[in-house]
Amino acid sequence: MLPLLAGAVGMLLPLSQRRLSFGLAVGALGASTLLSIGLLLGPLGAGREQAPFVFNVDWLVFGGSTLKLGVVLNPLTAVMIAMVSFVALLIFIFSHGYMHDDRAYARFFAFLSLFCAGMLGLCVANSLVLLFLAWEIVGVSSYLLIGFWHEKPSAAAAAKKAFLVTKLGDLGFLVGILWVYGQTGTQLLFDDGFGILEDAQLQSLRAATTAFFGMNLAGVIALLFFCGAVGKSGQFPLHVWLPDAMEGPTPVSALIHAATMVAAGVFLVARTYPLFATDPAALEVVAWIGAVTALLAATIAVAQRDIKRILAYSTVSQLGFMMLGLAVGGVAVGMFHLITHAFFKALLFLGAGSVIHGSHHQQDIFKMGGLRGPMKITFVTYLVGAAALAGVVPFAGFWSKDEILLAAWHHHAYGPFVLTMAASFLTAFYMTRQVALVFFGDSRNVDEQGHAHHAHESPLSMTVPLMILAVFAAGIGLVGTPWNNAFGHFLEPHAAHAQADLPFMAVATVVAFAGIGAGWLLYGRLAPASATDDPLARAQPLYRWLEHRWYFDELYGVTVVRLLRILAQLAELIDAMLDLVVMAISGGLRAVAQGFFWTDEHLVRPAARLLAGATRAGGAALSRLQTGRVQRSLSAVTFGATVLLGLLLLVMFAR
Amino acid sequence: MISLNAVLMLSAVLFAVGLAGALTRKNAILVLVSIEIMMNAANLNFIAFWRAGLLELTGPLFALFTLVIAGAESAVGLALVIAIYRHFKSVDVANIQTLSG
Repeated sequence: MLPLLAGAVGMLLPLSQRRLSFGLAVGALGASTLLSIGLLLGPLGAGREQAPFVFNVDWLVFGGSTLKLGVVLNPLTAVMIAMVSFVALLIFIFSHGYMHDDRAYARFFAFLSLFCAGMLGLCVANSLVLLFLAWEIVGVSSYLLIGFWHEKPSAAAAAKKAFLVTKLGDLGFLVGILWVYGQTGTQLLFDDGFGILEDAQLQSLRAATTAFFGMNLAGVIALLFFCGAVGKSGQFPLHVWLPDAMEGPTPVSALIHAATMVAAGVFLVARTYPLFATDPAALEVVAWIGAVTALLAATIAVAQRDIKRILAYSTVSQLGFMMLGLAVGGVAVGMFHLITHAFFKALLFLGAGSVIHGSHHQQDIFKMGGLRGPMKITFVTYLVGAAALAGVVPFAGFWSKDEILLAAWHHHAYGPFVLTMAASFLTAFYMTRQVALVFFGDSRNVDEQGHAHHAHESPLSMTVPLMILAVFAAGIGLVGTPWNNAFGHFLEPHAAHAQADLPFMAVATVVAFAGIGAGWLLYGRLAPASATDDPLARAQPLYRWLEHRWYFDELYGVTVVRLLRILAQLAELIDAMLDLVVMAISGGLRAVAQGFFWTDEHLVRPAARLLAGATRAGGAALSRLQTGRVQRSLSAVTFGATVLLGLLLLVMFAR
Repeated sequence: MISLNAVLMLSAVLFAVGLAGALTRKNAILVLVSIEIMMNAANLNFIAFWRAGLLELTGPLFALFTLVIAGAESAVGLALVIAIYRHFKSVDVANIQTLSG
């Protein structure tokens, strides 16, 4: 709520009010952070899973039914809002340094506040309508923020693409919402036993079967919700918008496309997990899509040159991991990876922002190098983040990723398991590649004239958040280790949690180190001296295929975009025909108006004129009596008197 | 001696003469004279009735009133005629038509 107010006020402020905008945004978010952490530690302790704190309010009343909006606070909510608020707060502080010289500074913070409002609203929503509202707010903020530098045509196009692609997913989501509302009569998730996620409704939804591969209704609705998640979280096949979204400022990428908005999709699945749990087929779909996405994105990341794009594809890949985790391990497993990922991915993005800032806005990693020296803080924090992502023990990523892989193995989901193992390897590989090329070796940062750019460390407002995030990236995994699964117990006190499996962990670590080793071999030892040489480029045509993102954008361009263009032309044609109809109607009306005019001219006017003439003639006639001669009036009087007298006599004699 | 009817007849004739004169004369002063005649005829009516014993004190009293008023009215009429003469340079009633409609 608080960020919403800050965002609303911020929108109204002129661009000059930088400090006020920043203050409002940070103040509101800071308060949110404190509140949410308080909630996390206090009343929403473990054991609240079955009895969440729900608050519903009547919103629209039509006929006999009421549309309610509600807020639910259970451990899942608490975890999400604490993470979102905290990470967002750090990113806000970072943005102050990063966007310092930008003209539209105030607008940036207003949009950021709006985004946070939507995200927090999404996390606390109990009613599907409110959730969808917040979902859309988040989508709009993403559009506004990706296209923040709207003078750049590529940014504007990217924003549009993001919005439209996610809108496709939202369509499925909306259909799911409507269907479940129609079927159960409620769109509240928790409602004193009658909510959608509560037993009574779940049973009825489970009982209903549909023609869709024989799945029960709960499963189908779950899959429709999943459509929304696929769009929002950039899963295959709606992943094409996320890399283009890197056109936005780096803090935006960190906040929206690493830690929070893309996590909204995962959160949705986690929130509505009971629906998914009713039908194993639904879970299987989620698992496969997650695994495929993970591997697909990882392969593409290997061949990218832009530092942010690598991270973007990494995010897509990790989201795939999260989906798989939810599908095979349950809410705790998936959410754990979400939380850890939020921290280290935000760290990595902010680190990338620091690197870009320090390298004079250079984004191609092949044009960087040797930043280890001048940018020490960035280097160390980035290294921590990379290690966490690659899954090096004991950093955060190891524990969460390991849990997912273990769950997949135990669930006998061998296909997805293999895919994600491969993706893990590639993750370690491309991160090492990135780190080696950016920080090690000699600087390759030269412009066209051959002048070397010298890097400098970023200001405190940017490095302090990096350090804080690094601490979390390193340590937060420890709340979910198999020996002390505080996180898991917090979210799911009744579910069984995996026991420590040392051989398994060893295998995972070996895979991670293998990836690091391969990366170091190719890029660390044989550091390319020139700016364009990528050793991997020798593996053509595979490299070209990966570099062009498996040609997905081109595929969509030829099919979907062309279809849409044809539809647009069709619409224009229909529009022209409608125009004709409108013209015809207006012509008819004009003819009628002409008729009225003619009647007016030729009938009404002469009649009026006649009347006037008659009156005037009468008046002229009568005025002739007024002669002005006294004798005439006297004779008139006499005449009148005589007549009266005569009448009187007549009457008298008639008696 | 003289019957009431006869006097009343005389009075009526006089009135008629006066009326005819008022309506037809060209000269404004003669119109005034005709009006005087009409007034005197009415007076005569009163006196005739008094003489016939029908009115006691009213007859001569009213006649006295009307004589006085007739005198005043004549004065006013003549003043008007003089004023008209000054404006129109004639006393012909046919010329005084400025109030026509």
